[in-house]
Amino acid sequence: MCLGIPGRIVAISDPERKLATVEISGVRREVNVVCIKPEDKPLESLVGSWALIHVGFAMSLIDEAEAAKTLEILMQLGEAQQEIEAMRASAAAE
Amino acid sequence: MRYTDEFRDPVAAKGVLAAIAQVVEDLGATEKEPVRIMEICGGHTHAIFRYGLDRLTPPGLEFIHGPGCPVCVLPMSRVDECVELAERPEVIFTTFGDAMRVPGTRKSLLQAKADGADIRMVYSPLDALALARKNPDREVVFFGLGFETTTPSTALSILQAAAEGLTNFSVFCNHITVPPPIKALLDDPEMTLDGFVGPGHVSMVIGLEPYRFIAKDYGKPIVVAGFEPLDLLQSVLMVLRQLAEGRAEVENQYARVVPADGNPQSLAACAEVYEPRERFEWRGLGEIDKSGLKIRAPYAAFDAERKFEIGYGAGPRAVAEPEGCACGLVMTGRIKPPACPKFGKDCTPERPLGALMVSSEGACAAYHQYGAARLEAAE
Repeated sequence: MCLGIPGRIVAISDPERKLATVEISGVRREVNVVCIKPEDKPLESLVGSWALIHVGFAMSLIDEAEAAKTLEILMQLGEAQQEIEAMRASAAAE
Repeated sequence: MRYTDEFRDPVAAKGVLAAIAQVVEDLGATEKEPVRIMEICGGHTHAIFRYGLDRLTPPGLEFIHGPGCPVCVLPMSRVDECVELAERPEVIFTTFGDAMRVPGTRKSLLQAKADGADIRMVYSPLDALALARKNPDREVVFFGLGFETTTPSTALSILQAAAEGLTNFSVFCNHITVPPPIKALLDDPEMTLDGFVGPGHVSMVIGLEPYRFIAKDYGKPIVVAGFEPLDLLQSVLMVLRQLAEGRAEVENQYARVVPADGNPQSLAACAEVYEPRERFEWRGLGEIDKSGLKIRAPYAAFDAERKFEIGYGAGPRAVAEPEGCACGLVMTGRIKPPACPKFGKDCTPERPLGALMVSSEGACAAYHQYGAARLEAAE
């Protein structure tokens, strides 16, 4: 819950609600990107970027190398598996 | 030293460890009178154990495990109120999975679910919003739990619900903030901390300024740290160097993720939706001034406390902890988990008695999980 998990933004799914589709270790889900919205560029400019995702909200843009390192650590801690499992379970519950 | 295999850069780790040993020696710290550094964040506690950092560093350095695990500091009375809300027939109670196994007086949320309450584990408050849209005839309550890493997500979800005019979505807001318990620990006359390793992802939201008082008013160093083992070791070294040089400053080891000013959009959403409570109850630490957040009056329609007349301050509080449970002593660094008489006997990760055994970020769960591996390694 407290540790963010890196994900790559693959599409803007709902510009009005500031939602984007993010791929996190092969799992896709919708996340809110308002906290990383660039001031002077359209939301679309985020596509392809990596971000730290906390409970469905992208909180910080990170570079790809940082994303890979963070994910590796989270895997070793078992936290990444927990997050991905929670994402899958949450999607299934809807 | 099998743990060193897992460092990305073992050579760098070796160098930092040698530097740590040198500064600890220069400080004259010994196993009997160690330098005591608190890692505030539960994620850091987990990483310290996972990578055996407390064993790679010299005996003159002691890690004190801080209160930064939201599940661990959740009082039983809050869990009881969650169960009470979840048992209302009109309610769909939504929560992060972490909170499911925290024991309440009567039962945990997991037990309540087994007994028929409509409780859904969600990954995100966005999923609770989606449930509210899909179930207009039900009341969807989201359990707002966590520090500043999760407070913005709840605030933004409330703002979204308000924008959509959703009337069946509310938040049981039990969000808490990091700086007040640190102040409470520093004000405790029995506490003898020398410095702090600050939380990474909380700081990504709030920035560095909220920690200034630690350096300025209490003269203690704090270094905001990342989660890699090398990040943690470097941060510890930065704290030690401040001590050796007689400095007390807020330093940022995790600048690649933590901006000095935090995340402005998150801070704006939180300021719009929340205000500090006068005080809030923490498991093991008691009541702490200005340490909890409540929902501001303009968003009262989304406040489960007002909607269902329940929550902190609404009824009798301060339920006694289970008998013999020493979570409070562990949390304030007075004892280590194995010194608790319940540890590993009446209290295990499978059947937790105290909250520190519930979450993987809790000190007791970390000791329990990695203790066996350590014995093997020592053989």
